[in-house]
Amino acid sequence: MLKVPYVTSYLTEHFGDDAFGTIEGYEAKGGYRAARRAITQMSPDEVVELVKESGLQGRGGAGFPTGMKWSFMPKETDGPKYLVCNADESEPGSFKDRILMERAPHLVIEGMLIAAWAIGASKSFIYVRGEYAYPAKQMMRAVQEAYDRGLLGRRLMHSDFNHDIVIQRGAGAYICGEETGLLESLEGKKGQPRKKPPFPAQFGAFGRPSTVNNVETFAHVPHIVSKGTDWFRSFGTEQSPGTTVFGVSGHVLRPGLFELPLGTPLQEIVFDHAGGPPEGRRVKGVIPGGMSMPILPAHQLDVPMANEFLRERKTMLGTGGVMVMDDTTCMVRVGELVSYFFRDESCGQCTQCREGTGWLHQILRRLERGAGAPDDLDILLDVAGSMEGQTICAFADAAAWPVQGLIRHFRSDFEEHIRQRKCPFPESFEL
Amino acid sequence: MVISELTRGQIADEITKYPLKRGALLPALHWVHAELGHVTHECAAELGEIFGIRPVEVMEVVSFYNMFYDSPQPRHHVRVCTNLPCSLRGARTLLSRLESHLGVKAGEVTPDGRVGLGHEECLGACAYAPMMRVDDVYYEDLDFEAATRILDSLD
Ligand SMILES: Cc1cc2nc3c(=O)[nH]c(=O)nc-3n(C[C@H](O)[C@H](O)[C@H](O)COP(=O)(O)O)c2cc1C
Ligand code: SF4
Repeated sequence: MLKVPYVTSYLTEHFGDDAFGTIEGYEAKGGYRAARRAITQMSPDEVVELVKESGLQGRGGAGFPTGMKWSFMPKETDGPKYLVCNADESEPGSFKDRILMERAPHLVIEGMLIAAWAIGASKSFIYVRGEYAYPAKQMMRAVQEAYDRGLLGRRLMHSDFNHDIVIQRGAGAYICGEETGLLESLEGKKGQPRKKPPFPAQFGAFGRPSTVNNVETFAHVPHIVSKGTDWFRSFGTEQSPGTTVFGVSGHVLRPGLFELPLGTPLQEIVFDHAGGPPEGRRVKGVIPGGMSMPILPAHQLDVPMANEFLRERKTMLGTGGVMVMDDTTCMVRVGELVSYFFRDESCGQCTQCREGTGWLHQILRRLERGAGAPDDLDILLDVAGSMEGQTICAFADAAAWPVQGLIRHFRSDFEEHIRQRKCPFPESFEL
Repeated sequence: MVISELTRGQIADEITKYPLKRGALLPALHWVHAELGHVTHECAAELGEIFGIRPVEVMEVVSFYNMFYDSPQPRHHVRVCTNLPCSLRGARTLLSRLESHLGVKAGEVTPDGRVGLGHEECLGACAYAPMMRVDDVYYEDLDFEAATRILDSLD
């Protein structure tokens, strides 16, 4: 099935056109003009400033300002600097990076070229999750096309700039999406996240200053360079400009991708765009940004999808993976499933994370089976609390938050399991 | 020598792309899996020699990643995604029906070694659920009939 977003904007408007994935088709739509302009007419500092002014925030989950991240890179160094594209996309509920790589590999490459110029990187690595065999193949083909056209390699675009892109395939480990886990993996090691500081801008890939950005983050950059910051800021909110590619899944009539301005109300995405829940069902809860982000109950779907608003509701945009659950759904079961995932994927370096994810899963499993005790909810919150902000990477927080969110908004689901000594949702999805 | 000249050539080529040799270890392991299906101790020793690391360091990396194996594998890996988006759309039901169809439980291999059935975490196909990955290929928007047709056509 052709994966074209139901709603498109500047990133995805040509996704229906197969030729857009090829260099000819991409150049026919004006492709690589932005990179040419940046590299031949702008200084690296000018590019950094432009991206800063645009207000672009990273689309990999944390929403860090991209221009600021680039400005952390040391200007003068006695050796190479590297750029890394995080294409590990394994946050459950997220599939936008995959489709971007499949349908618009050159857009990603062009964004990387501009970033590489801005930070002075001689080499880039694209780390594609191992399961994404087809997207990796598309990226490899596109990189080769770019070399053949003189857009990569030595003295590219007849400038003094040299740049190489290496594509590495991961091998099945969620934690390699965390940027320092990714760097370890890139170096041929176990993908165990590093202690920070030092941050990648000081000590990144192979010990060299490096910048890590998400696939979609790069895809916005050529548009900013060619159309300017005012244009970019005409999308989205004051604090969160631009569009993003929302991926909607779960109990909706039209699951799929929707490229919409940041700040679009969640209910508009769920009901108007994705068609809402099946006939006769009501929405019970929505996870707004991939599985690490706390759930929102049905009465909070008025929230604009931008971090400044989502934070007030104790959640975040994350990767824009919107998961919709209707009123058949047992939220304890959701908790069990979510905590199983985190237990399975913890890299095990930190005690709080390794033990905590195990405890969360064990207790939620017990609760779901009707064998929970009244103080289990307190224990869950206690364990979750002890995992926050205590570990080498944010994985442990990402494991604790969803559980806290489920209890915050669906406490009665948990209490009913304890009171009735069984799951009171016979129609809930099978586990 | 268990790693062929051809694969060694590919590994040598990968090594040229990295600032440090060791960076090419994951690509090398992918090549080795393409040729041999899994990493034996002999193979780890040979890789250790190529990369100038101890065989146990190679095996540590192998055991960290789900897509690397230290034992012989079934001819085909069939994995149904059972993470939340897929489960909300019936992935577990599909998986249990496939279990009965193949006569094995998830995590097991058919007696003829043809199919290893399993479940997997989110594969980035959330809107196209339920889905399964057969070796390197995604099959999406599945129902039981479509899934069994695919399984039955595997050699
Ligand atoms: C557990 C964990 C998993 C992550 N997985 C991904 C991922 O798959 N893809 C991604 O782009 N960022 C992921 N991130 C965020 C990265 O660490 C990093 O912030 C991001 O790649 C930076 O890019 P950006 O600034 O363009 O958003 C993850 C973070 C954590 C803590
Ligand atoms: S928080 Fe968890 S995943 Fe992150 S480094 Fe510690 S143990 Fe590993």
